[in-house]
Amino acid sequence: MKEIKAAEITKEVKRLCVEAACDLPEDVEKLLREAQEKEESEFGCYSLEKVVENLELARKDMVPMCQDTGILVVYAELGEDVKVADSSLDDAINEGVRQAYVEHPLRKSVVTDPLFDRKNTGDNTPAIIYTEIVPGDKLKIQILPKGAGSENMGALKMLKPADGVEGVKEFIINTVVKAGGNPCPPVIVGVGIGGTMDKATMLSKKALGREVGERHPDVRYKALEEEILAEINKSGVGPQGLGGRVTALEVRIETFPTHIATLPVAVNLNCHAARHKEVIL
Amino acid sequence: MSDIKNIKVPLTTEAVKDLKAGERVTISGVIYTARDAAHAKLLKALEAGEALPLELEGAVIYYVGPCPAKEGQIIGSCGPTTSYRMDSFAPTLINKGLKGMIGKGPRDEKVINAMKENNAVYFAAIGGAAAVIANAVKKAEVIAYPELGTEAVRRLEVEDFPCIVAIDSKGNNLYESGVEAYKQG
Repeated sequence: MKEIKAAEITKEVKRLCVEAACDLPEDVEKLLREAQEKEESEFGCYSLEKVVENLELARKDMVPMCQDTGILVVYAELGEDVKVADSSLDDAINEGVRQAYVEHPLRKSVVTDPLFDRKNTGDNTPAIIYTEIVPGDKLKIQILPKGAGSENMGALKMLKPADGVEGVKEFIINTVVKAGGNPCPPVIVGVGIGGTMDKATMLSKKALGREVGERHPDVRYKALEEEILAEINKSGVGPQGLGGRVTALEVRIETFPTHIATLPVAVNLNCHAARHKEVIL
Repeated sequence: MSDIKNIKVPLTTEAVKDLKAGERVTISGVIYTARDAAHAKLLKALEAGEALPLELEGAVIYYVGPCPAKEGQIIGSCGPTTSYRMDSFAPTLINKGLKGMIGKGPRDEKVINAMKENNAVYFAAIGGAAAVIANAVKKAEVIAYPELGTEAVRRLEVEDFPCIVAIDSKGNNLYESGVEAYKQG
């Protein structure tokens, strides 16, 4: 049994939180630079230029690229042969989040009770943690600080099996086009198809943590990802929703087996600041 | 759109009438920050007949919840938040003299009608350009509701804050016309 100390997990999570807020992954930056090449509208080009300038400034000064430094979604893959020492895995992760947000100029955006109190927790905890037990003796942690502007534009639809490919396409495209300028386009579109109501939404979020350029392994879904992206970019929504060619940067579909009577589809959007970082311990 | 107009705040009716959807502008002067929780408090104060912590006549409100300032910074990263969440509050403030709003994303019909009736304007700032925008802020101070933290009302002195006129006082709406212009098929 390999032992990983809670303090080590805390330290790494803290580092990832700060890095994620200030330093956009290069693969996402590359997508934005490609978008600059494709964009035709004058304001679209201008806003993309400012977005890229902003990324460079944020990285240089180590300040957040966006004031919404998110609520933390954390994916932990815990090896069966690993024991977390000194505290629970969740406590170790939340302590890392707390230290990052209290000690660094990151915005605390989490409230306690969602409906009645809505009092800021003051340290951006708790994180939303999904833990999966996997073979091996490693602990992999991926964090996605998720902004609410794009999160609010997500949607779920329980389609009928008869709605088929056309129904799925229509729902995804409509969701992105209806979101317009609200989620800070150009967006990354995470899609979950199958499973149950909850599973589909989790898949759509998981898709946002995928590497740029990673396509669904089934060629039919890969083709669907590309087709939907092309359709979305014909909508005219454009950067910031003020008109243009580039509304989405990527469409990423995740799938899971489902019940004979259903076809759940979830869409989770990420703004162009598609922040994610990971570490393997 | 190529000419960038510099506009001064507080705004006059004449200055607002002169702004057209699609124009790029830079804004200089004093603006106030308020978002979800602060708007709820401002409206409650109005209902109770209490004085507001800011002078609404000619004012511009920026929808933002900034990051804390890093050592040596005036304000932390401070890009716009999504405006539609303030749609239920905005008409009341516009009727009381608010002349401009800065945010991102479309507004509803009631807001646009109030803007047309009272000569107000809606500017879009660049969502996600938060570090760049922070550099346009020359002074920042919390003037009300400090208990709200990032959502407190702040008085900001800005210089050349880059925006675009998204919806003008005639109701011309770049969120519709801009999208229509690039729609294919």
